[in-house]
Amino acid sequence: MQVEVILFGQLTDITGREKILIANVADTDELVKAIEQQYPGMAGIKYVIAADKKLISKNTVINEKTELALLPPFSGG
Amino acid sequence: MKTDNNIYERYNRQLILKEFGEPAQQKLLQAKVLVVGAGGLGCACLQYLAAAGLGSIGIIDNDKVALHNLHRQVLYTVNDIGLPKAEQAARALQQLNPDIDIRAFNERLTVLNAIGLFREYDIIIDGTDNFSSRYMINDACVLTGKPLIYGAVSKFEGQVAIFNCSIQHNEQPVNYRDLFPQPPAAGEIDNCAEAGVLGVLPGIIGTMQANETIKLLTGIGTALVNRLITFNALNNQLYELQLTPQNETRNLIPVDIAAFETTNYDWLCGVAGNNFEISTDEFDKLRKQDGVLLIDVREYDEEPAVDEFAHLRIPLAKLGKEFARTEKDTIILFCQTGKRSAIAAASLATAFGETKKIFSLAGGILNWKQKQPA
Repeated sequence: MQVEVILFGQLTDITGREKILIANVADTDELVKAIEQQYPGMAGIKYVIAADKKLISKNTVINEKTELALLPPFSGG
Repeated sequence: MKTDNNIYERYNRQLILKEFGEPAQQKLLQAKVLVVGAGGLGCACLQYLAAAGLGSIGIIDNDKVALHNLHRQVLYTVNDIGLPKAEQAARALQQLNPDIDIRAFNERLTVLNAIGLFREYDIIIDGTDNFSSRYMINDACVLTGKPLIYGAVSKFEGQVAIFNCSIQHNEQPVNYRDLFPQPPAAGEIDNCAEAGVLGVLPGIIGTMQANETIKLLTGIGTALVNRLITFNALNNQLYELQLTPQNETRNLIPVDIAAFETTNYDWLCGVAGNNFEISTDEFDKLRKQDGVLLIDVREYDEEPAVDEFAHLRIPLAKLGKEFARTEKDTIILFCQTGKRSAIAAASLATAFGETKKIFSLAGGILNWKQKQPA
């Protein structure tokens, strides 16, 4: 199983991509671990996870149809 | 320089919208909004709010216009460089619409002026450029019950949302901390000065903030309540996120206004520099509150003596050893000129982490004594 993750803000600079594909993850905790393994620069970076356009606050089961996005805070004005 | 205040002519093109009309125009004319930050977001938002006939507009910003602002802060010209943004923005807007009331506050929004100021307005618009202000504004909006029109930009992307506003009565409002509970560490997220920003982007996002403000005030359309939109200027992608209140969020916001006024948002956001410093006014307000411990870090024989308020005297060199445990959750340090107390504040902050609030009196006791009535 593979999930697609949309990235925003400086996360696209860290990974060099606007979308990344992550394989073999069943929930969002595993997703974060896999992303940090694939993109070590993502470790310790602040962002929130959205699944199907809803903000999630605890570990959530995902599948290949789940629309995933990682959003960092912006401070500029 | 009032015009003949002919609202039927000035606002004709929106008055003839059957969805808008005179009732919506009257709501705008009677509304009061405060725009915090007259930068890229603020300029765009302010221009459209003033043009639309927003009856009373407050602008707070302590910054001055610089040449590198002009690519996105479109209310200013080269003649404004070096002049206060709040006043210059107010002047430009008053020329655009002399029939509305515009007040400029040429000062920084702080924990001490935020609550009083927010209470005078119906809606608060965040156009600031740093996390300390954003978290402070959010918390002040929660404590005063004011809707917050949030906007933020970075490079080519922007975010817009309405926080702290419930359309249905039983609905629990979402605030910024439900989205991002804790501020990022200093340097973790770049600001415009570090990362850069495409000039037109804050124009788009600021205009969206104006649009949401107008919708919220007049009730037309569907305002962005409990939703966040991100916009990417490079590919025109819009992403919309549904937000929900989080149980743990309420614990992160100061419990009441007294707690808010002693919160050091610069410190929470890990801003480097003299982030413990408080002015004599802030000092006088804070020292009278409960749960505050005052410490003079000068040597035992240093003059002038301080008998105006209770305090401990622990010289800086002994502070580490002598100062062990205190029940008080706020510690205010002072010395002769504010230098040693700043060093003491930094070391105590390291020792206590986030368990205590630490402050240092800027200018020291000499400056404080000078300001006391003779």
